[in-house]
Amino acid sequence: MVIDAINGIVRTVVSGSKEYKVWMGFLSLLALVGIAFVFRQVDQGLIATNMRDDVSWGWYIANFTFLVGVAAAAVVLVIPYYIYKFEPIGEIVLIGEIMAVAAVSMCLMFIVLDMGSPERFWHLIPMIGIFNFPQSILTWDVVVLNMYLVLNLTLVVYALSKTYAGKSYKTKLIMPLIFFSVPAAISIHTVTAFLYLGAPARPFWNTAVLAPRFIASAFCSGPAFMLIIFQIIRKTTKLNITDAALHKVAEIVTWCMAVNLFLLGSEVFKEVYSATAHIEPFNYLWHGLRGHDQLVPWIWTALIVNSIAFLILIVPSIRKNFFMLNIACVFIFIGVYIEKGMGLIFPGFIPSTLGAIYDYMPNAMELWISLGVWAIGLLIFTVGAKICIAIKTGEIGHADPSAHH
Amino acid sequence: MSDDIKGRAKSLITRRKFLAGLTAGAAATALTAGDAGAYAFEELFRQHYKRLDADDLKDILAKLEEELSFKYGKKVHAKATPPGDNTVFGYALDLSRCIGCRRCVYACVRENNLSRDPEVQWIKVLEFQKGNNKWQGLEHSNRYYNPEQVPEKGRFYVPVQCQQCKKPPCVKVCPVQATWQEADGIVVVDYNWCIGCRFCMAACPYGARNFNWGKPSIPKEEFNPDVHYLGNRPQYKGIVGKCTFCIQRSREGKYTACVEACPVGARKFGNLMDPNSEIRYILENMKVFRLKEELDTNPKFFYFFSMGTGVKS
Ligand code: SF4
Ligand code: SF4
Repeated sequence: MVIDAINGIVRTVVSGSKEYKVWMGFLSLLALVGIAFVFRQVDQGLIATNMRDDVSWGWYIANFTFLVGVAAAAVVLVIPYYIYKFEPIGEIVLIGEIMAVAAVSMCLMFIVLDMGSPERFWHLIPMIGIFNFPQSILTWDVVVLNMYLVLNLTLVVYALSKTYAGKSYKTKLIMPLIFFSVPAAISIHTVTAFLYLGAPARPFWNTAVLAPRFIASAFCSGPAFMLIIFQIIRKTTKLNITDAALHKVAEIVTWCMAVNLFLLGSEVFKEVYSATAHIEPFNYLWHGLRGHDQLVPWIWTALIVNSIAFLILIVPSIRKNFFMLNIACVFIFIGVYIEKGMGLIFPGFIPSTLGAIYDYMPNAMELWISLGVWAIGLLIFTVGAKICIAIKTGEIGHADPSAHH
Repeated sequence: MSDDIKGRAKSLITRRKFLAGLTAGAAATALTAGDAGAYAFEELFRQHYKRLDADDLKDILAKLEEELSFKYGKKVHAKATPPGDNTVFGYALDLSRCIGCRRCVYACVRENNLSRDPEVQWIKVLEFQKGNNKWQGLEHSNRYYNPEQVPEKGRFYVPVQCQQCKKPPCVKVCPVQATWQEADGIVVVDYNWCIGCRFCMAACPYGARNFNWGKPSIPKEEFNPDVHYLGNRPQYKGIVGKCTFCIQRSREGKYTACVEACPVGARKFGNLMDPNSEIRYILENMKVFRLKEELDTNPKFFYFFSMGTGVKS
């Protein structure tokens, strides 16, 4: 049985359409390029990046922050399906959880890449090292991220192994885990926001609205990404994903984007109307400071694409047109990605606590390494999703494809 | 597991001691490749400073002396002098005297064996326009001023270094307690425990923490051989360092290097617990202030003007 299963899984992963093989080859190539650059970074140290003392976190931490959001977004599927019994989402909730696993894996890779001395990772292991819990919010993040990873892996493996064996899985048995995954998803993003907003030294981050805004924007970008993936999946596989499911997800994205823009508005009001000395990073970001304005085009692009996406989504008849929906999804993805990097992490450091302006932008090496991480993450996701679909459609194992689990 | 690691590390140290015994007296002994490998291995599993017992520490310091003596070609003395009784160090800087010559910066670099390339400086001297009313928030500073002669007309200078906060945000955020406040108020970093996450740099409101972005380099002839484990021993690539009030000097009753280097006597240093100290005199008789008071980090680094305000031109 186990041997059979492993055989089936291996077969599923190595065989596939030409497109599938090209896609996997492409991702592997990107991953290899990234890994080659990692060797350079390890050899020279982080001096090979564009980060410096004045801007001590950059592109890696921005990607990490964005991906925590993507990971958290799995609950956008979990809540309607398991808790409100919205059946059409049933086919895709597992894919969302696999996405969460891939995203958290990428998060952990970005964290390790950003460490100056990764070989000392064991210092973080409780008992063996010293885990500064609960003082350091970073330790909270380590806890919740790993917990979330294990949680999603458990859910996916349990559901798939049952389906593989041709048994229906008892939702009752895993219901506590599923309920728990909702606050867990919220917590990974909240704690990540607390990393930044808990630093009074950085007035740009030191705002209570950061955590809710993180969650709102995460619940846009993650599902937006998934909406596109789901359409690809239903074109290329036998998995039956209904329009109703996609429309439901799109509706959730719409309201989250509304909240995101609203919270942005209150931040803008607070900064501009109170106009204290703490407005400097805000000015640097939105219209330049003392002649430094490299982030300005980025943040306006983000605002414009997010707003257009929102306008598309807010009208149900337009939203239900898949062409328009896909435009909105791509826009949201781009918009939130920019918001997290150029819009949040960089300006938090500019001007520095001593008033210096260092115009940070990632260099080619940082971009290649990040692309490599994304490629590895997408490899994890593709393989996971392919196995999941093969099992669900009865290609391998003993599932009855006509029945919902 | 941890005992196992500790045990392995210890046996390596003991072997080291044995070898050291064989070559006793020699300042710069040649290390074999195998020895160097064993060092690196021991360092990988070395415990946090506060978890080392007296014997561990002695072994590690002996090893450090040997390694550094070999590398820099002079007899190195490595120590871990503990905080003294009834001592809390404080600092005061007279802004009306400072002329922005940066001699403190260079003295600090040399005293503390900071990397020359990439350049690491623990003291930053900020230049401001006189009449600038935003300077206390440090917003409109110029750190890279470079005139023919200092002080320049219409400018004034504010040197900033670690403020040795009594409520240090850097310590709070460190995920592995690689940085902490000692009993005499000095905030230190264990260079062998820091993982280089740089969370402390995001948290410090005074830009006082410097990361070693690349491999530090120190010219042999300028190497300061009197090193403290928590202070001026050479740092590593990928970890954070910061001003320690020259822990290697202050704990032996000496002034810090920056105090001694200042040509105009703008820098004052001493024991806050000693009612007869100069620092206490200043706190009691001058109108002192601290940077970014609103953050309530409670620095033990004070600024004052002994003459005029120095701000208006
Ligand atoms: S000035 Fe910065 S580095 Fe020094 S104790 Fe305060 S927070 Fe820590
Ligand atoms: S960089 Fe080092 S000292 Fe600073 S928070 Fe991270 S582990 Fe602690």
